[in-house]
Amino acid sequence: MTSAGKQDRGRLRVDQDECKGCALCIEACPPHVIQMTERLNHYGYRTAMYAGAGCTGCGICFMVCPEPGAITVLRLASHVAASAEGVKPCAGN
Amino acid sequence: MSNGTEAEYEVTHGRPQAFYENFDRKGELQHQTHYCPGCGHGIVHKMLAQAIDELGIQNRTILVSPVGCSVFAYYYFDVGNVQGAHGRAPAVATAVKRSHPQSIVVSYQGDGDLSAIGSAEILHAANRGENITVIFVNNAIYSMTGGQAAPTTLLGQVSTTTPAGRNAANEGYPLHVSELLATLEAPVYIERVGLGDNRQVAQAQRAVRRAVENQVRGLGFSLVEVLSPCPTIWKMSPVDAQHWVRDVMEKTFPLAVLRDRTKDVQPKAAPATGPALEEIPRILGVTDEGEAEPSDAQAKGGVDLQVRVAGFGGQGVLLLGEVLAEAGLHAGLEVSWLPSYGPEMRSGTSNCHVRLAREPIDSPLVAHPDVLVAMNEPSLHKFCASVRPGGWIFYNGETVPEECERKDVHILARPFMHVADELGDGRAGNMVILGALLEATATLPQASVDAALGQLVKSPRWLTLDERALARGRELLRESLQEVCHEG
Amino acid sequence: MRRQLMKGNEAIVKSAILSGCRAFYGYPITPASEITEAAAQYLPQVGGVFLQAESEVAAINMLYGAASAGVRVMTASSGPGISLMQEGISYMAGAELPCVIADITRGGPGLGNIAAEQSDYHQVVKGGGHGNYHTLVLAPHSVQEMADLTALAFELADRYRNPVVVMADGFIGQMMEPVEFPQTATEPHLPKWAVAGTEESRGNLISSIYLEPDKLEAHVRQLEAKYYVAQQREARAEEWRTEGAEIVLVGYGIVARILKAVAAEAQAEGLKVGVLRPITLYPFPGLQFQKLAERARVFVVVEMSNGQMLEDVRLALNGVRPVEFLSRFGGNVPSHGEVLELVRKLARQTLPAPQPERESVAHV
Repeated sequence: MTSAGKQDRGRLRVDQDECKGCALCIEACPPHVIQMTERLNHYGYRTAMYAGAGCTGCGICFMVCPEPGAITVLRLASHVAASAEGVKPCAGN
Repeated sequence: MSNGTEAEYEVTHGRPQAFYENFDRKGELQHQTHYCPGCGHGIVHKMLAQAIDELGIQNRTILVSPVGCSVFAYYYFDVGNVQGAHGRAPAVATAVKRSHPQSIVVSYQGDGDLSAIGSAEILHAANRGENITVIFVNNAIYSMTGGQAAPTTLLGQVSTTTPAGRNAANEGYPLHVSELLATLEAPVYIERVGLGDNRQVAQAQRAVRRAVENQVRGLGFSLVEVLSPCPTIWKMSPVDAQHWVRDVMEKTFPLAVLRDRTKDVQPKAAPATGPALEEIPRILGVTDEGEAEPSDAQAKGGVDLQVRVAGFGGQGVLLLGEVLAEAGLHAGLEVSWLPSYGPEMRSGTSNCHVRLAREPIDSPLVAHPDVLVAMNEPSLHKFCASVRPGGWIFYNGETVPEECERKDVHILARPFMHVADELGDGRAGNMVILGALLEATATLPQASVDAALGQLVKSPRWLTLDERALARGRELLRESLQEVCHEG
Repeated sequence: MRRQLMKGNEAIVKSAILSGCRAFYGYPITPASEITEAAAQYLPQVGGVFLQAESEVAAINMLYGAASAGVRVMTASSGPGISLMQEGISYMAGAELPCVIADITRGGPGLGNIAAEQSDYHQVVKGGGHGNYHTLVLAPHSVQEMADLTALAFELADRYRNPVVVMADGFIGQMMEPVEFPQTATEPHLPKWAVAGTEESRGNLISSIYLEPDKLEAHVRQLEAKYYVAQQREARAEEWRTEGAEIVLVGYGIVARILKAVAAEAQAEGLKVGVLRPITLYPFPGLQFQKLAERARVFVVVEMSNGQMLEDVRLALNGVRPVEFLSRFGGNVPSHGEVLELVRKLARQTLPAPQPERESVAHV
């Protein structure tokens, strides 16, 4: 959770069917907002999950993930971010 | 927790377009790759797919899959796909690219494939500067086959075929392919990157994109070597394997840009388009154009002349036969010319069989010649007994050795090379003999011989010399017949 | 049409280009090098690709790449080089890729020598690579056939999506005879299945992998069906003066030329001798053998090997007629004299025997 109730810059989706639970994204995440589920998915893997807050939208979890679509990273749309903070979002990684 | 609604967010990192939506070819678990958890291949696949998306080249891209864990890369990439044999992807990619220069050809290979069995193919593709992109995934082991040693296996590293660890005394040292290739002139871009931590991953992504972009720009051969984790075979957790890349593997294989000439080279020119279809027969020289008018110089009557010409390479043996055959063709006969010679191009034994006939020629091999031309004594010895009774022997020598003398054939023994010397060049001795042969057999009209000579001898000096040599040969033959008559 | 004196090896290249071949990848070897040299001269002039590869292994895999890309492509080699190409030939048959391979045969095993021999029969006709496949094999016996059968080879390669080998001995490759060519060139076309780096071809895949046992079995069954069709339609043989022949001489390539000369002389002596010359070695023209067996008394196989095609002749005849065999190799050629002597001997043995009206082989 970012401080002072500001809207998070990023969001994260993990496809529970694609994730194989290698945990590379958990290791890679700078703000440490990814964790492992306790439950197994139907292929028998524990999977990564977003802790629910604090994502910066940096995308490094996506790049270290070996599965094509297990992770999707979203960023706060520029108009929302701009109106909230009056700053430009960074143009990419 | 994040506030706001999902509608306020837009996807910045998602499944690349260059991947299929579903992996239908895979058969089962169609939305997952076949790679193990934490495998570097999946990461490199994603980098390549992103580069294809960013460069807008999905339709033009052709991926050559290797043999190894990435053998099924074609399950995933929604591009043109060719799956090749072990180690041969650079050869396959070479021909694909040369067939369609507008295509973007990526050879995706592992370290067993590229650095061991395919070491020749990668070296030569790089040395030719093929305008292709090679993605070289190095995990220091044969993974798909269960963990045998590769040329890239680290010293001391345990594998199923180095159970006590790789020992330089027995298996040699880890092979540094990228450094080797960087000694070549042609490659424009070679970089070794790793997947050992976030920083390395980000650099690897940039390098993969550059290697593809270089090809799009037509710059030439680019290769990215990616040090990549194999948690399963290394028997490590994915995270430990990632660290091992950074902490251990990188010490043997330092990360570096080993070649970057992208700023110095000019884009390769597009290959010239071919000629119009109608032009091709003329280019090949097989058109009817330029064909001589049907000649009056037709050989008369039934003909079946079988000739054997034998000597050493360089004595004009083959050319003598060729002029004879060409003249026969000009005179409307069926002809054949068959050479047989030793492995040496010069100074080895050399001989040819020539047949001229009215009827289609059954065998071009001449076992019992009507005429033997022997340019030297060994050839005379070898073939003199084979000449048909009533036939001719032309021997390039002063006197016929006793054991080769025959009463039932005509023999003309002269130092033909010396005769030619007197005309200006001893090498025209073959044409002196041919003149004598033509005079003796009286099969071919002179016009056909002239036509053949004109076709085969391009140098005006030699043409004049050969014509004089032919005439001299005819004279020699006539003189020798008079001698025989006088003696008779 | 204009007849030109030309080497068989050169005729192959000119015919290939006229047939739409636009790529040649090869590695020099005696006695096939003239093909590679002529390809180097002419292919760039017609907008095609010529590349001398680092090995025969690379060359055949370049054929794999060019064929995948939908280009009519060929290579040329001889025994030792063909051995090295077997890997790629198997892959191409598996991936159903067309190509033409000229094998100008020489002596073996090992380095052997560079003289003409016919000992590549097994490795080419029986498929020297791994797996259930065949190459189609054409055996020219003249320079004109070097041209004609090369053109046919490209047609068959495309029709059956399979490698086709033009297998000629060093004599046929190196000798010169008059040859004439068609005056029009075939337009190269891109097959629908090719991977060409275009939107239309993006979904195409060239591969020989069939991981599931059922799928691999089905794939090989389909190859089998294709070979069956080829057996029905493509088997070719020349019967040369076989009418009334009691002794049938069998040979291909240069040997067939010798056999024709022998048969002509034997016929002049009043002997009932003819020549049966397989033009396709795969599919083997077994029917022609069975047909001739209805009236011939003995078949004489002459080969410049120690008996490789002999096995196919015996299979085709299936024991209904005796098969004699005469072989020379190592660079030696069966001489006119020794074949004629054998024919005379067989004629003495067989001619006095009682002649049944007709022996049926249909139900054997």
